[in-house]
Amino acid sequence: MLELRNISCRFPGFSLTNISFSVSNGEYFVLLGESGSGKSLLLEAIAGLNKIKSGSLLLDGRDITHEKIQQRSIGLVFQDQAVFPHLSVKENIAYPLKGKHLTSSEKSDIIEEVTHILQITRLLNRRPETLSGGELQRVALARALVQKPKILLLDEPLSATDSKLRSELRALLRQINRTGQTIVHVTHDFDEAVSLADRIAILQDGKIVQTGTPQDVFGTPANGFVAHFAGIHNFFRVKTKKVSGQTIAYPVENVPVISTDSPEEDSGYMLIRNEDILLSASNFESSALNNFEGIVLDNYPSRTGMEIVVDIGIRLFAQISRESAERLNIRNNGKIWVHFKASSVRLIAG
Amino acid sequence: MKRLSPFQLAITLAAALILLFIVAPLAGMFVATSPSDLFSTARDAEVQQSIRLTIWISLAATVFFAIAAIPLAYLLARKDFPLKSLVAGIIDLPVVIPHSAAGIAILGFVSRDSVVGKMGSAIGLNFVGHPAGIAVAMAFVSLPFLINAARDGFSGVPVRLEKAALTLGASPARVFFTISLPLAWRSIVSGLILMFARGMSEFGAVIMVAYHPMITPVLIYERFGAFGLQYAQPVSVLFILISLSVFIALRLLARNKKQKTAADA
Repeated sequence: MLELRNISCRFPGFSLTNISFSVSNGEYFVLLGESGSGKSLLLEAIAGLNKIKSGSLLLDGRDITHEKIQQRSIGLVFQDQAVFPHLSVKENIAYPLKGKHLTSSEKSDIIEEVTHILQITRLLNRRPETLSGGELQRVALARALVQKPKILLLDEPLSATDSKLRSELRALLRQINRTGQTIVHVTHDFDEAVSLADRIAILQDGKIVQTGTPQDVFGTPANGFVAHFAGIHNFFRVKTKKVSGQTIAYPVENVPVISTDSPEEDSGYMLIRNEDILLSASNFESSALNNFEGIVLDNYPSRTGMEIVVDIGIRLFAQISRESAERLNIRNNGKIWVHFKASSVRLIAG
Repeated sequence: MKRLSPFQLAITLAAALILLFIVAPLAGMFVATSPSDLFSTARDAEVQQSIRLTIWISLAATVFFAIAAIPLAYLLARKDFPLKSLVAGIIDLPVVIPHSAAGIAILGFVSRDSVVGKMGSAIGLNFVGHPAGIAVAMAFVSLPFLINAARDGFSGVPVRLEKAALTLGASPARVFFTISLPLAWRSIVSGLILMFARGMSEFGAVIMVAYHPMITPVLIYERFGAFGLQYAQPVSVLFILISLSVFIALRLLARNKKQKTAADA
C-alpha cells in the first residue's frame, strides 16, 4: 500500500500542500487535475525526483520519504515516454536489470514475459526512432515493468495518442492492472479517469479537493470545481443492455434510459448535461426518447438561471431559465415531467 | 536564370569578398611554393620531427585535459550554482586575452620557482622547455573550445531521459556514462577535434614556455627569422596540408560513426 501523509513540496512559484491519500495494493488510482494543478510534480515527488519538504510517504508501511530513488521500487512512465534514443528497444527494456545480479537467461525470461504481455516481442531489435507513438508507449511501459515495481506511476500516458490507439492502450493498462499491478495514473482527461479508475483524487492548485470512487466524486461533487470538471451533475454508474439494436442504460433497475452511444462493455458510467434536460407540466409527444414523470426535490437559483432537482428513481439535475421555472410553477414536492434525447446520454465504459 | 535583386547581389558580393580574403593569402602561398621545395621540406628530418611532436603533444594535451573538462562541461550544463556566469566567463578568458600574455602567465605558473614547478621538479619534470610545458600552453588556449562544445552537447540532452534512468534504478554515475555522455558525444567529439586543431596551431603561448623542443609553428617562425619568407613558406604549406588532413580525417571519422549508427537503425 502507498500512503501519502500531509505531503508538501515547494517549487518556484508553486507548491503542493498537505497531500494525503492512500492507494491499496492492486488498485487503479487516478489523479485528475487541470494542467498546472501539480499532478506531474506530485508524481515525481512520489518517485523521488522532487524533494518532499514535509509529511511522509509510506510504501507497505516503510517510510520512503527520503529514500534514494533507486531503492524505492517505484516505476515511472513519463508523458513523452523518455525512451533512450541511442539504445535499441531490447537495450532500453534491459536497462533497469543491470546490476540486479541476474543471469543473462533470467534477464531474457523477464524481458520475454513483459514484452509478451505488451505485445512488443517483435520490436526488440528495432531502434526507437523507427517506432510509432503507441509502440514507444509500450516500450516505456515494458521498461518500467521489468523492475517489478510495487507501484507503477503513469504521467498522462494516453495524451499523445489518437482515439483508436487510446482505447487499445486503455485496455492494455486495465490488463496490466488485472495482473495485480498497483497503478497511480495522472491525467487531465475526465473520460480517461472515469474509464480506468477504481478510485479518483481531484487535484486543484496543488491540493487534493476530493477522493473516492468515480461515482462518489462525480455523483456528489465536493465543490464547484469538481462539478465543473465533470461539467455535469447527472453522473451515474450504470449497467447497459442492447435491446433490438438500442442501448439501454440502467442506473437503477426500474429506470431504463435510452442512449445512442454503444459501449463495448456492459457496465460503465452515464452522463447527461443539466442543460440537455427538458421539463414540462405534462407528458407530450416529442422527438425525445426518454420521458419520465418525477417529483421536484429542490429548486434554487444558479449562475445561469434555476437548478431543479427531480427524483425519477434517480436524482436528475436540470438547468432552466427563471422565466421557465415561473411559467411551470415549480414547487418542491410538485409533479413534473422530464424529457431528454437519447443522443444527449453519454456512456463511458469503465 | 532568376535575376538577383540588388540586395541579394550585394550580400553575395560581400560573401565572395570575405571568402576571397581567407582563400587568397593561402592560395598565394601554395602557388608560390614549388612542388620540389615542398617535397624536399617533407624529407627534412627537423620538419618531420617537429610535425610529429606537434601532433602528439596536442593530442596528449587534448586527451589529458578532456578527462576533467568534460565533467566540468556537464556541471555547467546541468547544475545551478552561485557565480555560475562568472565561471562561464572565466572559461572563455583564454580566447579573449593575447596568447603571448597567456604564455607569460603560464611560464610564471610552471617555472621552477612556482608551486607547480617545484612539484614537477620533485618528480623530475621540468615544464619549461619540455613537451609537458608545451602541452599546458596548448591546453590553456584551446580548452574553451572543448568545454563550450561539450556544454552545448549536454544541454541538448533532455533532462527527462536522465530522470527516467534514475527511476529505472541507475546511479548518477551510471546515468552520466550510459545516457548523458553517449547522447552528447557528437558535440564532445566536435569539441575534441576543435581543441586538438587549435592546440596544434598555437604559437604565441607555446613560444613563451618552450622554444625547444620546436613545434612546427615555432619552426616556421624560426625559419622566417633566420632565412626569410621563401624558406618559411614550404614548411607552412606542409603544416597546413597536414593539419587540414588530420582535421578532415577526424571529421569524417566522427561523421562515419554517426552514419553507421543511423544505418543500424
